[in-house]
Amino acid sequence: MHCAQFLPRWLYHLNIVSMVTINRGKGAREAGKRRYHESCRGMVTRRQKVAATVVTDDAGQGGTIAGQDNNAGRRGGAGHSMVQLITPTGERVSHPEYDPWVRDVSDEQLCSLYEDLVVIRRIDKEATALQRQGELGLWPPLLGQEASQVGSVRSLRDDDFIFPSYRENGVAYCRGVDLADILRVWRGAASGGWDPYAVNMAIPQIVIGAQTLHATGYAMGIQNDGADSAAIVYFGDGATSEGDVNEAMVFAASFQVPLVLFCQNNHWAISEPVRLQSHTQLVDRGAGFGIPSMRVDGNDVLAVMAATRVALDRARRGGGPTFIEAVTYRMGPHTTADDPTRYRDPNELEDWAAKDPIGRVHALLDRKGLFTAEFEAGVRTKADAVARELRAGCVGMPDPEPLDVFKHVYSTPNSWLDRQQDHYSRYLASFGDPAGATQEEGAR
Amino acid sequence: MTQMTFARAINSGLRRSLDNDPKVLLMGEDIGTLGGVFRVTDGLQKDFGKHRVVDTPLAESGIVGTAVGLAYRGYRPVVEIQFDGFVYPAFDQIVSQVAKMHYRSRGAVKMPITIRIPFGGGIGSPEHHSESPEAYFAHTAGLRVVTPASPQDAHTMIQQAISCDDPVVFFEPKRRYHDKGEVDESLDPNSAPPMGQARVVTDGSDVTLVAYGPLVKTARDAATAAADEGVSVEVIDLRSLAPVDFATVEASVRKTGRLVITHEAGQSGGLGAEVAASITERCFYHLEAAPVRITGFDVPYPYSKVEMHHLPNLDRILDGVDRALGRPNSLSGLEG
Repeated sequence: MHCAQFLPRWLYHLNIVSMVTINRGKGAREAGKRRYHESCRGMVTRRQKVAATVVTDDAGQGGTIAGQDNNAGRRGGAGHSMVQLITPTGERVSHPEYDPWVRDVSDEQLCSLYEDLVVIRRIDKEATALQRQGELGLWPPLLGQEASQVGSVRSLRDDDFIFPSYRENGVAYCRGVDLADILRVWRGAASGGWDPYAVNMAIPQIVIGAQTLHATGYAMGIQNDGADSAAIVYFGDGATSEGDVNEAMVFAASFQVPLVLFCQNNHWAISEPVRLQSHTQLVDRGAGFGIPSMRVDGNDVLAVMAATRVALDRARRGGGPTFIEAVTYRMGPHTTADDPTRYRDPNELEDWAAKDPIGRVHALLDRKGLFTAEFEAGVRTKADAVARELRAGCVGMPDPEPLDVFKHVYSTPNSWLDRQQDHYSRYLASFGDPAGATQEEGAR
Repeated sequence: MTQMTFARAINSGLRRSLDNDPKVLLMGEDIGTLGGVFRVTDGLQKDFGKHRVVDTPLAESGIVGTAVGLAYRGYRPVVEIQFDGFVYPAFDQIVSQVAKMHYRSRGAVKMPITIRIPFGGGIGSPEHHSESPEAYFAHTAGLRVVTPASPQDAHTMIQQAISCDDPVVFFEPKRRYHDKGEVDESLDPNSAPPMGQARVVTDGSDVTLVAYGPLVKTARDAATAAADEGVSVEVIDLRSLAPVDFATVEASVRKTGRLVITHEAGQSGGLGAEVAASITERCFYHLEAAPVRITGFDVPYPYSKVEMHHLPNLDRILDGVDRALGRPNSLSGLEG
């Protein structure tokens, strides 16, 4: 039996799993390997098989590039190699092709990336707590995907445009979105949290994969304008099954638009494992459209950064779209309404905890002698301050007014809606004070 | 004034919009080199280039979805869906993305997208080429839905749709594409009647006959025939289906006391139901009879050898007029 099997469910929600991760060293990885052998020996359930093959996806093997994953194994082919620059134990490994793209990343910047990762995890934890306390209706945690988000968004220029799904809240933080605005949608106070043009980041997309077409169209616009910026679109492994994502890749390839298709393969689409979505590696899907495609360790912030920079450079030079499969793992539930214990083997979670995106940067900074007590305290202070600001912004957010329900449906007058608004105003007024009427309704 | 076909009038309107605003661009299947399967975009790619008149891959969701992105970037895309029955793959992008983006972004992101859809039957086509899906879109908050019935309106309204900051689904009555009419190409769309406004086509005093798109001509012919029998029919072309200009219809019904609505789309949950209900609510005590709907049936669009039974024609409309007037008609004796 493994300790992960005894992890109570609340640990998933409160993200304490990550703390286990940071302190996990080589021993834990070896434990993972042992489990592989055990499961091969005995009776293997279908789910255990997944867990077992995932172990072979260990990106840290010997500090070299991991070549196989669960999909590649099933396919029986060699598969794409996975770009990795920092091993799970924090060793900086060289890669002749990708090293040049992050050569400029200084120790100071590495520390800053670490801070991003930690702060985002803190935001995620605080938002989960806010949901549990009834302040948010729902929250989609990104626990485990911090490096994918930070490494990619920190590679962008201000004039690049981002099309996110609903889980890119780490991206939003790095992009400078106001903390309360990140929560606005999840509190039910608006359908979109921020002005996309203020941060060059679209509002989150809920319909799976629909935003890939928007990003493609936006990139067509960039191309028409003769600009050298790019669009980047975030989507998940499940989305690659959607028609829109495939149509986006057709359009992007045909018109050779400046687009980065950034797929976070977090291995789960709610309860459905990635192997249900694709019989091949996801990276092959991009390649199938004639789009240059990379497979990168999505828990390695530096590797993600290198890959994104390669893609952006291609886009800016008129080289067209790039597909990036960032191999990561959704360590939390799909949303706070989900219960992954119903479909996920806890061993799998433990395996991925050993490949945690924060733990390895911590270890790397430690090796470099940069992880001082002072640094650690500074990061913690920052994370706590952000969490406090997030909470204050959430609970202090004014409720929308009753008649806001009619706002912004159209930008021009609309006789149907204007009439309905007029009638509802009269109805509210019939209670005397419209605000009073609403309160009374709420009290009932 | 120039005599031109309905299709040519749209082409001329598109040309003016492309001329007047560099952010306008056209997207669709076969619209470039070929000029569209109905030749509505004939010659435009040659004159404006392939970046402004874009032949797209065969993917309707892709066409509309990329238009959303272009609108995000400040463009005014005009997309063509080749036939009415092919719009459904784009349904999510239209209903969940185009229609809602302004609301979802709290007004920050405008979606000035025009979605052109040739619609309606009567051209002897196989299935999926003759449908009338307007009610789906009229039911969707955030969209405007319009349909011109004359070459002049086609020319003016396409320009108004393109310059509108809200998304517009622009239904083109394809069986009227080759009808000719006088078009004043110099007419300023800003000073022409707005596309949201209904138009009284024929003045009358006995019954109000509401039609739109392909059936406006049929309704007008019915009014002429009714006049021979001494019945004065006021024909209203709705032009806008979302929102419907109920004020114009209401004013007419207050005068005539009787209402007949006709459309090719199936009856249940259709525009006729909305017009009948809303007018009944607004001027019940001016009605002398229950509103009458003369529509297509609730069937999949039928094969061409029987489509004439599905489509309202002059005689069926006149039968409805008789019902509204309480004159002998095909259902006499059935009604309570």
